Amino acid sequence: MKTLVFINSNHFAAKASLEVITYAKKLGGEVVAVTYGSQEGADQLGAYGASKVLVDNSLTVADEQQITKLVASAVESTGATTVIFSHDLVAKAVAPRLSVKLKAGLISGAIALPETGNGFTCKVNVFSGKAFATVSVKTDIKIISLLPNSIQPENIGGSAVVESFNANVGASAIKVVSTKKPEGSIPLPEAELVVSAGRGLKGPENWGMVEELATALGAATACSRPVADIGWRPHHEHVGQTGVAIRPNLYIAAGISGAIQHLAGVNGSKVIVVINSDPEAPFFKAADYGVVGDAFDVLPKLTEAIKKFKNAN
Amino acid sequence: MNILVCISKSPDTTSKIAFTEGNSKFDENGVQYIVNPYDEWYALVRALELKETIGGNVTIITVGNAGDEAIIRKALAIGADNAVRIDAEPTDAYFVATQIAAYAKKNAFDLVLTGKETINYNGSQVGGMIAEHLELPYVSLASKLDVAGNVVTLEQEIVGGLQVVEVNTPVVVSCAKGMAEQRIPNMRGIMAARTKPLEVIAPESIELFTQYETYQLPDAKKACTMIDPANMESLVELLHNEAKVI
Repeated sequence: MKTLVFINSNHFAAKASLEVITYAKKLGGEVVAVTYGSQEGADQLGAYGASKVLVDNSLTVADEQQITKLVASAVESTGATTVIFSHDLVAKAVAPRLSVKLKAGLISGAIALPETGNGFTCKVNVFSGKAFATVSVKTDIKIISLLPNSIQPENIGGSAVVESFNANVGASAIKVVSTKKPEGSIPLPEAELVVSAGRGLKGPENWGMVEELATALGAATACSRPVADIGWRPHHEHVGQTGVAIRPNLYIAAGISGAIQHLAGVNGSKVIVVINSDPEAPFFKAADYGVVGDAFDVLPKLTEAIKKFKNAN
Repeated sequence: MNILVCISKSPDTTSKIAFTEGNSKFDENGVQYIVNPYDEWYALVRALELKETIGGNVTIITVGNAGDEAIIRKALAIGADNAVRIDAEPTDAYFVATQIAAYAKKNAFDLVLTGKETINYNGSQVGGMIAEHLELPYVSLASKLDVAGNVVTLEQEIVGGLQVVEVNTPVVVSCAKGMAEQRIPNMRGIMAARTKPLEVIAPESIELFTQYETYQLPDAKKACTMIDPANMESLVELLHNEAKVI
């Protein structure tokens, strides 16, 4: 049995990439990774279980139609029977295309390893995080798109052979005119710790204390929908039904009441801390730890306590 | 501009989620169905705006049973010109996408729009699958869409940012927040919707790729532990020793 894992270009050290390699290794059998662009650093996937990394160096940028051809060609050349993606924005466009191209059933948004005792089933999130479903795949080739933060990467100390792989994917039909990428921030869906704030913060000038707590923790920052809508914070920070859905280990929410649409984006978090001055805020019902208090008072105190903890450990 | 908008029904966002028949089926008891918000607010409304500025026709299509007529009429009341219902139970994304692609192949559309995902299955699969069936480019999670001649300019979310892309029609696009604002149908729209054409077509026979076997609700959350706002050290201690997240 062989498993093929797609890795985003130049993402060999990204946690999401190591997660999918670890996941593939746990399926048993040989793990081959496929990517494009530079092969520098590709060998580090070996430590997590890949025995081979195929790199299409002829491509530097690729659209999802080209990536689909690349992965399909790697499936053909390796004879892989399972294909794994990290469920990110690239995979959301590539995995469905590949499903049609290879006539392979797709499990989108898996949160656990598949069960293979009786058929092939896998657990996914449904109803915007309000339920789980067990989905079976009937086709010979199976595709799984794994939600980030579903498995811890495990360094098992192996090594990988890096090979050039030219899939001849043709030209792109999509012309990229411009790209805007904020520098240095952790992509929200991959962050393990997230500090988020809402209208309770009263204005964008007060975000300093949110950022200070996030810095002390090594966390990413997020916000609620109204805050993104009025332009206090950039749209990519908006978590919730219409924004980004995240499932970090720790989600700290200050000044967010916890509307059902907000919960839909964060209810997969392992631990939720809610700070709100209103003891009746619905968010407390979904929280593990609650602090009834003024965010302006509580956030700096929490930052101090975190700093003290970090210094002592 | 000839536009096809794919719509799906989904339970109202405030619906109670429960399951029946040995947890193998969604419990529809008391559930109000709506047009999936991403399909309605973003894909359908943007299609109507384009039609209003450059002219054309907006067709909506859904895969579902006769009971879905209510959401089809709602979409027609908002302003779509005509509707197609493929008469089948939408078992999984591949089934739905393959049915829609078969219809789209027989009718020349310049744009095929979907919502970014449904709020019940959250798979984000149908758009990409249709594009592959039609061998067309696919722009996913677009937050802006403009058309000049046969060039479509889109803004889309990418990992950690945004990008602007250009692509020639025909193209498949999945629509996310930012593309348009919700429209409430007016009385004239509701009246007109009653007589707009709704074509019901038989499904193609399609191989089963995946099956939703069982459903499960998350474990009940234990009660929230309240912390004294003056004692953040105790919260840090609990996050470290009890929750083990820092």
